[in-house]
Amino acid sequence: MPAGTPGVHRVSTGPALGLRTFLCAAAAVLLMLVDQRTTLTEKPRAVLMTLVYPIQEAVAVPAQLLDWSDDATRTRAELARENNRLKRERLLADARLQQLNAIRAENDRLREMLDARPRVGASVRVAQILEVDTDPFRHRVVINKGGNDGVFERQAIIDANGVVGQVLRAGPVSATVLLISDPGHAVQVEVVRNGLRTVAFGSGDYDQLEIRFLPNNADIEVGDLLVTTSLSGDYPAGYPVAEVVAVEQQPRQAFARVTASPAAALTRMREVLLLSPTAAPQSAATETEEATDDGGT
Amino acid sequence: MAGPRDRAWVGPVALIIALGLSAQPLPGWMAPARPDWVALVLIYLGIHTPQRLVLVQAVVAGLLLDALQGTPLGQHVLALVLCCYLPLKLHLRLMLVPIWQTMLLTAVFTAIYQFVMFWINGATGNDIGAAFYLWPLASNAIVWPLLLTLLDRARLGRRSSD
Repeated sequence: MPAGTPGVHRVSTGPALGLRTFLCAAAAVLLMLVDQRTTLTEKPRAVLMTLVYPIQEAVAVPAQLLDWSDDATRTRAELARENNRLKRERLLADARLQQLNAIRAENDRLREMLDARPRVGASVRVAQILEVDTDPFRHRVVINKGGNDGVFERQAIIDANGVVGQVLRAGPVSATVLLISDPGHAVQVEVVRNGLRTVAFGSGDYDQLEIRFLPNNADIEVGDLLVTTSLSGDYPAGYPVAEVVAVEQQPRQAFARVTASPAAALTRMREVLLLSPTAAPQSAATETEEATDDGGT
Repeated sequence: MAGPRDRAWVGPVALIIALGLSAQPLPGWMAPARPDWVALVLIYLGIHTPQRLVLVQAVVAGLLLDALQGTPLGQHVLALVLCCYLPLKLHLRLMLVPIWQTMLLTAVFTAIYQFVMFWINGATGNDIGAAFYLWPLASNAIVWPLLLTLLDRARLGRRSSD
């Protein structure tokens, strides 16, 4: 703009502004339609996700500093106590694992007798959750592993206690995870006690899942454990999802009101595990067990 | 007023900071009232630097915000572009309006933004209660004078804006 015409913004007034706004808005609507209906926008979205990753990292710094100062100011006694507790837990877990090996071997033998296909093994890798807010009403988190680390869309994510959710969008270096408590998430589950199949919907509340469409006379009780089934789509079978906390019969309605609380610690987790199905039934994780199985029988 | 001492880098830098602020974790009770930082910065840029391709900045910021929040690509673009239209159109008049009135007008401009978000969330099946879209309008009006002062300082240096 020439310096001699102060106050005259020739590019931003007049009818051209309305036209340009309209064109931008129309382009945005078109982009949305393409994004919703096709997979053409995957590449551009990956580029954008890489571009915003530094911002997400920067935003996560204060939380990381807090964590770090928490670690740095621990006393020796506290660390020793924690160490003792972890050793105890490890011992218990090891003891339980011994039994698990035997049971798994037995299960494999029985499945062989039934001519059933062996269970698909899974390998896991750890990802960290970035302390980043996405939207207060959607339950999503960002993790620091992406397509470059083998993360793919719809990949199942668990923590030490149960199913966390699945990858919604995978960028090259980060990924957005949809939690099971998101109102837009549903997963098929079965009751461990009797194999009753049902669907667990996210409620928008971190410590609650809704089990809809169960008739009033369905055999479900408070305390029942719900696990994923082989029909759970993206989730491998047998991982705990939630525990039933309330069953309310509604005589005037078609369905009972059943709520469950997620097994995973959705609000407190720092690290999560990414499950990758392995093509061969004998995965790296189960190979050692196979060896002991052969020796034992 | 955009003059020779006007610093061009302030707009993009402010937008990047605003993107960071929109991803900053807030305590649960505060999260629904998070100000729409990016929209506010764009309204400011629309009023005070309308010659600087504000619509293009709105499109770029919208795309980054979509990537940041995992929304359909274009959702924030549409909302931000429509939100910028009135400030751009009326920028000469808006510069003469006293601050308390611009606070109210900011709420009106960001209401357009929130309405588009509401509309698209409904259309894509991510609907939440309509009342939740009203909280940010109040916080937008409250943080507006602060933002105005900070950005004026950053853009024009120590010299006051008018």
